[in-house]
Amino acid sequence: MSAWRRRLRRHPGTLIAAGVLLAIALASLIVPALSPYDYYTPQLDLISRPPMLRGGHVLGTDPLGRDLLIRVLWGCRISLLIALLASLISVVVGVAWGAVAGYVGGHIDAFMMRAVDVLYSVPFVPFVIVLTMLLGRELWLMFIAIGAVSWLDIARIVRGEALSLKRREFIEAARVTGVHGARMIGQHIVPNLLGVVIIYATLTVPTVILFEAFMSFLGLGVRIPLASLGSLIADGAGDMQAHPHLLLVPAAVLATIIYCFNFLGDGLRDLLDPRGQA
Amino acid sequence: MSTTALNAAAMGAGAPAPLLAVHELRVSYAVRHAGRLVRARALDGVSFDLERAGSLGIVGESGSGKSTLARALLRLIPAEAGTVRLRELDLLALRGAQLRRARRHVQMVFQDGVAALDPRQRIGQALEEPLEALRPEMSGSQRRARVHSVLARVGLEPAHLERYPHQLSGGQAQRIGIARALMIEPEILVCDEPLSSLDVSIKAQITALLQQLKAELQLSLIFIAHDLPAVQRLCDRVLVLYLGRVMELAPSDVLFRAPRHPYTRALLQAVPVPDPRIARTRRITPLSGEIPSSLAPPSGCVFRTRCPLAVARCAQEVPLLRHLGGSEVACHRAEEL
Amino acid sequence: MSAAPEPLLRIRELGVRYTSGRETVDAVRELDLDVAAGECVGIVGESGSGKTAMLLSILGLLPAGARVGGSVRFHGGELLGLPPAHLNRIRGSRIAMIFQDPMSALNPYLRVIDQLSEVPRIHGGLARRAAEQRALEALEAVHIGEPERRARQYPHQLSGGMRQRVMIAMALIGAPELLLADEPTTALDVTVQAQILTLLQELRQRTGAALLLVTHDLGIVAQLADRVGVMQGGHLIEQAPCEELFEHPRQPYTRSLLAAMPRLEAPA
Repeated sequence: MSAWRRRLRRHPGTLIAAGVLLAIALASLIVPALSPYDYYTPQLDLISRPPMLRGGHVLGTDPLGRDLLIRVLWGCRISLLIALLASLISVVVGVAWGAVAGYVGGHIDAFMMRAVDVLYSVPFVPFVIVLTMLLGRELWLMFIAIGAVSWLDIARIVRGEALSLKRREFIEAARVTGVHGARMIGQHIVPNLLGVVIIYATLTVPTVILFEAFMSFLGLGVRIPLASLGSLIADGAGDMQAHPHLLLVPAAVLATIIYCFNFLGDGLRDLLDPRGQA
Repeated sequence: MSTTALNAAAMGAGAPAPLLAVHELRVSYAVRHAGRLVRARALDGVSFDLERAGSLGIVGESGSGKSTLARALLRLIPAEAGTVRLRELDLLALRGAQLRRARRHVQMVFQDGVAALDPRQRIGQALEEPLEALRPEMSGSQRRARVHSVLARVGLEPAHLERYPHQLSGGQAQRIGIARALMIEPEILVCDEPLSSLDVSIKAQITALLQQLKAELQLSLIFIAHDLPAVQRLCDRVLVLYLGRVMELAPSDVLFRAPRHPYTRALLQAVPVPDPRIARTRRITPLSGEIPSSLAPPSGCVFRTRCPLAVARCAQEVPLLRHLGGSEVACHRAEEL
Repeated sequence: MSAAPEPLLRIRELGVRYTSGRETVDAVRELDLDVAAGECVGIVGESGSGKTAMLLSILGLLPAGARVGGSVRFHGGELLGLPPAHLNRIRGSRIAMIFQDPMSALNPYLRVIDQLSEVPRIHGGLARRAAEQRALEALEAVHIGEPERRARQYPHQLSGGMRQRVMIAMALIGAPELLLADEPTTALDVTVQAQILTLLQELRQRTGAALLLVTHDLGIVAQLADRVGVMQGGHLIEQAPCEELFEHPRQPYTRSLLAAMPRLEAPA
């Protein structure tokens, strides 16, 4: 395993990014349990206090007197949960769709990709709004809706990769030895797509987070008193001049998460290449 | 007379039927040329037989259609016309599960051993795969036993099973390619330029390995190469291809000693001789020009644009493959060579 | 006893070292080689023997991470460590090189005639019209059919053999005294290879240029070389006049190389 260790050492940025994300995720799970404050109980005598290092509320309070640190950590929890689950859905669906279309080719490919084109032209925001109105503002609905629109990009990318993979010599060699269909796609096509998929998946996450933030900004995201980073930013933006910390703190956390995911995606692609060249 | 009929006649009645009979194989593909989609004919009516335990070398330069032939035989690319009969079965007419079952009989060794392996798969997995796909009745331990035994036959150690393709040398990767092809005990092995990407000393090793395996396993071999000395060493018959058409088909010793077709002669003369006394004293006029594009093949005999013996008839009439001495030649003026 | 005149190319103790990350590879070690004026020296070796690195070091064409040691003298003047401006005056005009893959040496965006006329314009100071005339003459010298038409084409419109001829024309147009060739026919069909080898022989006789040819094919060397050197693992393990090397090889590696060399039984 020393080869792995060598490679990891060549990518300090990736390790740091992974570490930061892990830290945020752990903090969002553990800290609220340890803190005396919760995310929903208003304390009307402590409205919109700026950050104070002593006196309990390290990052200040929001307009309803709730501790901002806890609110932000809960926001992280929600945002990360939505992002990861939505990305998972979009990756699974997108890879399956794209790999089959690309490998099978012909009419099936044409049909599948035309379907993607049609879905692409459906405007996301009205679609999610309609869905939310029909089915209520449920958390699980959020990540299904978002996952349902973000698989399209991945499907297109995967299909392109599958098309070029199809012509590689080792695929021909596998065909000659009788490999076909699901086995070919599962054993040979998809594993060799991983690099591309990882990058796009980790790029999907920030897109999804931003999308959810946007939805929350429009008032269609998570239901109060729950908060996501997006809704916190929306609330904070309204109060920017008087209480800048209400905007800056969640915005800084969101930016960090997105930055780390981008870094992580880049590094993961290099690390997963069995040839080991940087 | 068709080649098959000629062969039967030459061998005498009651001779065993060939293992593989290729008849009038035609392959073309669409290509974008000057903005339009046109068809280029890569193979134009190729016919030949392969005996049980026989070895046929297929030679020709780039553009001759050799690789296309290999791929068409293995059904990796579609053929436009013709038949490929394995005993009574026409391989070109098979589909789906039937075709996959037929793959048990014909396997292929590719040109670039490393590229022919999935970079994400360990060698051991790659070797078991043909068994999993085509011999599903075998158990895990039976498969592994077979992998070990074939690995030993190609001269490799079990340690190689844990490696990835990029960790192999060219020679090792080619041995793995041969091992994989032999896993399901095929009757026919098609080798598509297996020596091209190898160093000189490794070429000799792999050629020796193929010779040995052919003898031990009674394999029928189709050896496609542009390397004439290797073909001479390995094959008992040789087929010369030029722009998708058969120029000459003859037993190996006859072809190398007394080539009947002007192209064959030019090919043999062009092979560099590693002996300065001969190399410097022989006076050979190299063949002029280069192989024409398959998009615009010359009329009549396709070789006429470079042939020192070309006359008017060569442009008007396509020469058919005919008997001359012990060979079959497609040339109007073969007698005068 | 008077000292022998210095050979055209004199290589002493040449070493080439590649460093990438923590790995160091000595591609060439302590290599001594002479090439006399008008002589053809063939260097044979398999991949990894260092033959290409040796050739590239002469004209300073090694990648940035390479360390070169030793001495390479051309007409008595040291080439290693020459500032780029001086080196550029020698490259193309006094020492020229042909590569294995013509597509990598030819600019796909320039017509043949534009590339060919670069050398006489830059090194010979000729005006455009005169340089183009020289270019056409060069194309005729390498026996390219319809030179006026071909000259106005782009490299991708030419066949492999023709591109190689253009590259040879480009190398010879400056009338170099020394021609370096790195596997010049490996990518070509055997009949085209025969044409190119005959062409190289003819051009050498006509221009009197020396040729340092690197290849893995002993057959080519047998045809063209006056002297042959064998490289293995970065060392030049043996060198001798051509016939002597083939008849009385001294090193076991040389013997095994000769034995492994494919040859036709009873050539036609």
